[in-house]
Amino acid sequence: MSEHAAVGKLKQKFADAVLDVVEFRGETTITVKKEQIVEISRFLKDELGYNFLCDLCGVDYLGKSPRFMVVYNLYNISLKDRLRIKVPVEENDATVDTVCNVWSTANWHERECWDLMGISFNNHPDLRRILMAADWEGHPLRKDYPLQGPDREPYQGRLQ
Amino acid sequence: MGVDETLGNNVITTSLDKLVNWSRSRSLWPMTFGLACCAIEMMATGAARFDLDRLGVLFRASPRQSDVIVIAGTVTKKMLPVIETVYEQMPEPKYVIAMGACACSGGIFDTYSTVQGIDEALPVDVYVPGCPPRPEGLLYGIGKLQEKIMNERNSFGSTLGIGERVSEV
Amino acid sequence: MAQTETMTINMGPQHPSTHGVLQLILELDGETVVKATPHIGFLHRGVEKLSEHRTYHQTIPLTDRLDYLAPMSNNLGYVLAVEKLLGITDEIPERAKVIRVMLTELTRIKSHLVWLATHALDIGAMTVFIYCFREREAIIDIYEKISGARMTSNYFRVGGLSEDLPAGVVDDIRAFAEKMDEYVDLYEGLLTGNKIWQKRTLEVGYISGEDAIDIGLTGPALRASGVDWDLRRDNPYSGYEDYDFEVPVYEEGDTFARYKARLIEMRESAKIMLQALDKLQDGPILADCPKVCLPPKQDVVNTIEGLIHQFKIITEGFEAPEGEVYVGIEAPKGELGYYLVSDGSANPYRMKIRPPSFVNLQALPQMVEGALLADVIATIGTLDIVLGEIDR
Repeated sequence: MSEHAAVGKLKQKFADAVLDVVEFRGETTITVKKEQIVEISRFLKDELGYNFLCDLCGVDYLGKSPRFMVVYNLYNISLKDRLRIKVPVEENDATVDTVCNVWSTANWHERECWDLMGISFNNHPDLRRILMAADWEGHPLRKDYPLQGPDREPYQGRLQ
Repeated sequence: MGVDETLGNNVITTSLDKLVNWSRSRSLWPMTFGLACCAIEMMATGAARFDLDRLGVLFRASPRQSDVIVIAGTVTKKMLPVIETVYEQMPEPKYVIAMGACACSGGIFDTYSTVQGIDEALPVDVYVPGCPPRPEGLLYGIGKLQEKIMNERNSFGSTLGIGERVSEV
Repeated sequence: MAQTETMTINMGPQHPSTHGVLQLILELDGETVVKATPHIGFLHRGVEKLSEHRTYHQTIPLTDRLDYLAPMSNNLGYVLAVEKLLGITDEIPERAKVIRVMLTELTRIKSHLVWLATHALDIGAMTVFIYCFREREAIIDIYEKISGARMTSNYFRVGGLSEDLPAGVVDDIRAFAEKMDEYVDLYEGLLTGNKIWQKRTLEVGYISGEDAIDIGLTGPALRASGVDWDLRRDNPYSGYEDYDFEVPVYEEGDTFARYKARLIEMRESAKIMLQALDKLQDGPILADCPKVCLPPKQDVVNTIEGLIHQFKIITEGFEAPEGEVYVGIEAPKGELGYYLVSDGSANPYRMKIRPPSFVNLQALPQMVEGALLADVIATIGTLDIVLGEIDR
């Protein structure tokens, strides 16, 4: 099975940062260390042509270590190719460098990730809540946050 | 001067009440408060096929000029203070129609950020269920509100300042 | 020396022209906008967290209510993502694919009609609103015959469709698609040569191609700034590679170019619908995967396997293999992406929706800087935002 072209070039340039490569259903996911995410993003955008950041989100794997993963879904407009980069983030140090200087569209996506997941982004120009009210406490999309919110009874189901 | 005083209970005052009720119910001016999907159905009710203008309903953008507020769509906790501010700016007599499942009771969104029904904060007169309710449903709801207004007592007296408007539950 | 200050005014969240609950804080110097800050989140309903507590099938009605102007488009994106996760994309029958394309293009016309109606209404052309909603009622009648609901259709299923098309609706769709060209000619006659429309939309809300790619703009707004990218043609899904359609690209990057691009998209969607109607043939509408798709009703009541499968799929849901997928489709507003993470259970572990309007709205501050207050209204309309999708 041939490897995605970007994987080889990334491993060549950032050999110690690439942690894992997964191919599933025709899509390639590369897990890299979070310290070098800005240089890797710039390399992917300028050298390999991934000039469009489709999506940036956080996933909470409660119970596993590292607890969070920040996922970057990239797209190359001229080659029409998709790529996914994942960055593991520990719970006690939930910070990642911002990629707003590489793709400006990351601005609101990172604000949403901070708001709903609690992962803060270093050097972000304007990190504040975007979807919840400004004085909201807690990060709702985390797995340990109740669905009905902390002030209501959880739904018991039809059978009481 | 008691709490239950009215202008009177004779045939003249009740006819005046009926006149005031009739004029109020036949020219309900709602405020445009479409929040989500139900707003599109409200717009479709105002469009050419299910014309709302023939009932005297004219959508006004300012709360100071409207009689009824149609809460169409999901109410979230972030939006609730805005709704309360706007409701307080409306002059009496004012009515509330809760349109759609989300405004009646929270709908399918039983989550941390959704208010489970606008009647937690505002006194609702008519509930129109549906997700979204058909335009015929909204027309029926407005018809029910018109009936409710027609059955009010002491409307003329309350406009003069004598007593309060009494509406049945 | 007189000192001048900028004036800060608040627009919304309750405002007739903001297309929903959007709040804009505008700093004005006279009538010119110095800075515009959008505040969103007034319709955040927690759809992503709610989907983690529902099975894959039960999430389909939740996706209806995201971009409530194009419900079948959202359904399609989600269903394609789940099918990719399960690995059954090649087993979707041909009839289901053709009907999906046909109804998604009908939905595109529906969404563009509401866009044109509200955009023109904000700028002052009330007749266009009434005409567009009249056409929309014809589409809604078709929706109701097919799925039972006017707006929130919930018609696509994982593996195909929920039911076959009822008799006679194919003729309605053909009649509508054939008349679409005349309707678009009517709107063009009212607006394109109109001096007032041109003055309000030419050179308003300009954004260049590189800025648009950087800020993440997608859809007709990106194509009107000179970037030739359409997911239907470039990364085709559900059989789009077999259809012949034009993708309008303009260089000007202003509101008038976006208006022209969307009108041409309406015409092209009608063309695709007619091609799909010619391709339509009899056949099954659900893939042959008994663990995933509901069995036909006579199997449920007559055979024991049908009963068991129906019971298990409805009450517990089917299990998806562990992994993650990202599927992006060309929704009427731009690229709608679904990122699904599965941990092997019957509920999605994480569903992230990439809403096109969320990212398109990010471009608003730089598009209205230095423009007049009235241009802000025109720019919000031309970006075609829908708050249900932005806030989820």
